[in-house]
Amino acid sequence: MSVPVLEMKNISKSFYGTQVLKNIDLRVAKGEIHCLVGENGAGKSTLMNILFGMSVITNTGGYDGQILINGEHVAFNSPKAAIEAGIGMVHQEFMLLPGFTVTENIKLNREDTKPNLFSKIFGKKLETLDRKKMSADARTALDKLGMNIEEWVTVEGLPVGYLQFVEIAREIDKEGLQLLVLDEPTAVLTESEAEQFLEVIRRLADTGISILFITHRLDEVMAVADNITILKDGELVRSGPTESFTIAQIAELMVGRRIDTSARIGGERPKAATEKVLEIRDLHVDMPGERLRGIDLDVYKGEILGIGGLAGHGKIALANGIMGLYQSVGQVRYEGTDLPLNSPREALNRGLAFVSEDRRGVGLVLEDTIANNIVLTSMQVQDKFLKPGPLKLKDQKKITQHALESIERFDIRCTGPDQIVRRLSGGNQQKVCIARAFTQNPKLFFVSEPTRGIDVGAKARVLELIVELNRMGATVVITSSELAELRSISDRIAIIYEGKLSGVLAPDAPDLEYGLLMAGKSLEEVGVSEGTAN
Amino acid sequence: MNQVKKFVSKNAVPILFAIVCLLGVYYAEMPGQFLLMEIVKRMARNSFLVLSLIIPVVAGMGLNFGIVLGALAGQIALILSTHWEWAGIGGLGLTALLATPLAALFGFLAGMVLNKAKGREMITGMVMGFFANGVYQFIFLFLVGTLIPFDNPTLRISTSPGLRNTVNLSRLRGVLDNVWTVQYGFTKIPIVTFMVIALLAVAIWAFFKTKLGQDFRAVGQDRHIAGVAGIQTDRNRILAIVFSTVLAAWGQIIFLQNIGTLNTYNSHEQVGTFAIAALLIGGASVTRATIGQALMGTFLFHLLFVVSPSAGQAIFGSAQVGEYFRVFVAYGIIAISLALHAWRSKSLSKVSMEEDVTA
Repeated sequence: MSVPVLEMKNISKSFYGTQVLKNIDLRVAKGEIHCLVGENGAGKSTLMNILFGMSVITNTGGYDGQILINGEHVAFNSPKAAIEAGIGMVHQEFMLLPGFTVTENIKLNREDTKPNLFSKIFGKKLETLDRKKMSADARTALDKLGMNIEEWVTVEGLPVGYLQFVEIAREIDKEGLQLLVLDEPTAVLTESEAEQFLEVIRRLADTGISILFITHRLDEVMAVADNITILKDGELVRSGPTESFTIAQIAELMVGRRIDTSARIGGERPKAATEKVLEIRDLHVDMPGERLRGIDLDVYKGEILGIGGLAGHGKIALANGIMGLYQSVGQVRYEGTDLPLNSPREALNRGLAFVSEDRRGVGLVLEDTIANNIVLTSMQVQDKFLKPGPLKLKDQKKITQHALESIERFDIRCTGPDQIVRRLSGGNQQKVCIARAFTQNPKLFFVSEPTRGIDVGAKARVLELIVELNRMGATVVITSSELAELRSISDRIAIIYEGKLSGVLAPDAPDLEYGLLMAGKSLEEVGVSEGTAN
Repeated sequence: MNQVKKFVSKNAVPILFAIVCLLGVYYAEMPGQFLLMEIVKRMARNSFLVLSLIIPVVAGMGLNFGIVLGALAGQIALILSTHWEWAGIGGLGLTALLATPLAALFGFLAGMVLNKAKGREMITGMVMGFFANGVYQFIFLFLVGTLIPFDNPTLRISTSPGLRNTVNLSRLRGVLDNVWTVQYGFTKIPIVTFMVIALLAVAIWAFFKTKLGQDFRAVGQDRHIAGVAGIQTDRNRILAIVFSTVLAAWGQIIFLQNIGTLNTYNSHEQVGTFAIAALLIGGASVTRATIGQALMGTFLFHLLFVVSPSAGQAIFGSAQVGEYFRVFVAYGIIAISLALHAWRSKSLSKVSMEEDVTA
């Protein structure tokens, strides 16, 4: 076997006495796609920070162990050194300037220049950009990825799915790239974009570039990886060729307990009552990209209703419309009386709660503390957590106490109730959102994409919490792109197609029926008996 | 139809002011020759100052109210040059040269402060201008003649310390404008001044084609991303402010050689507000400014400035009201431009949302 491009031996790291990595070994051969999986907090990012010589590592006493690139010992003390050694990184968040063209982004701070009169006097900084060469290089990089986007368009106008490719183009344009680290690159991509993305990764690997791929999507791991390394709590659990794993095994090794995403969470529940709590008639919601075009749907008291469907068909808009976040027309009756539309305040007043799919945009006040986020809605709408008197002063003691209880109850991993929400991981942010909904003590609870972008362990916990809320008497309407998730907790599942209701199925209905409804075929049309729909 | 709508929404500010200007011209009933003369004079006087604002906007530091510091540097150089009796075009060049290190120093200090106040550059710059004004007054009204020995009867107040309220710049008056003028009707067109302005415009245009200019643009778009790419953001921001301040110092010297007298304690006061108003009227925003917008804005702003007193008098029937009208217009313009900018960025984001749907 030839010398691996990257070899990390016996890597250990402690932060202030807490060991976060213990004797990790990692080998990536030339042209290999190596997947690194693990829950949030398993040590993946720390490992990558070590590889890149990030200041968080060097400032906290460095690390133990050895790193070899092509068989030679290295110790990077800055990201720049790592990049010069041929290691590229595509970050989880986009590092692209919206107003720059694709070319300008690819060449960011690595622009080709040619001298002019002034640069000879004042130095290299004043050399003119060689736009021709920059464009040509960008084109070459894009072609390598099989991307047919124009190199001169501004990034602003590009669909989100393309941005990731521009980032990769930037990395492969760097001379001597040997190893490309991809940190959860598919988290923001749609399914078809993610597929295209994996295709590109394979092509890159075929050209001899090694890939270290960090992801939460296990099916992607199975589809693309040559080898898999699983980390858990800072330790290497198992490493080996992809063939030696199944998805269930990987998930099990990651979380250290067996989880079966298709199993019912919370066991069987008593049959839901037949009392209608919400009647939706001809509801239109003007949500860009997810328009609802007239939907009729009833929600029964005490049930968990799943809302499913493909992206862009409007499933997300239902909850957003009823909660008043997007312009809506139609009729919604809640507990027998009309619910005014387009008024979030009214919806909240009537005892509806909402955990938004846009966690960072709508769901949380990112710069505020965990405690304040948890009590925010209740304080605003229900006048809880206030001192008696006309001034509506915050009762800090009560807030802190409640926050502490919530942190304990929802297992929010944080430094304390005063931690800023932005610093939390996705899963913990979601728990804060749910804690806030719990605090409202809602009668009807909307939750959208509750497990998007969070790791497997937190996923299961979040779903359990939703069931728990339901047990406490709340009716739950859960919207999700992951059908397995809906089937694991819902009593009924409504499928939305092109802004309209396609049909309602039982969670144990065959896959075939779900597929048909999502494709817009009615069940009668193809001769499937409609026994499971209501 | 959609394109027209987009054009109007994109250029709402200049279009609105063009309309107001036309109304003003109509009511003021000024002779065309006079109007032309005034506009040419004012364009020559002010364009340089307005252009000096472009670089910091592109570098993401907003509208640089700190150009007052540059103006102060220019004035200090002018006071010294008057003291040393520098004259002619050479004297003017020497004055500009003298102002450069001063302005660069002020710009560097301002840049350091603004780096500590990221995201609040405009208000910080404004307050910095007030502060610098205080220091300037302290020096020239109090220290000169007491701690600083200075005995020049043409500059000093005879009965107490401090400089005179007005300094006659007779040796430098119009030296740049008069190098080469072309007569057109009543209007004398100062060709060399316009050439200097054109040179600056070309220089700014060329600058943004260089590596450093590209770095400025990158920092202006997103500090964090530029920083991750290895661009030294703080250093670039300071440089941008230094450039702007130095240009403003030169701009103020050009401005004052045209006027011919230095109002020791007032000349710099409205430099920031007026230049920024002009730039905004041209359709620039806090995050975007082009050379075309700067020149167009200077034209519209001063057209309105010329016609507003007469228009005010014609409409309200009082010269006094006309004077108020002038001031009202200058500050009102900034407020309206900023409000229109906010409205526009909101409606633009709506448009892009709709485009998402169709995409």
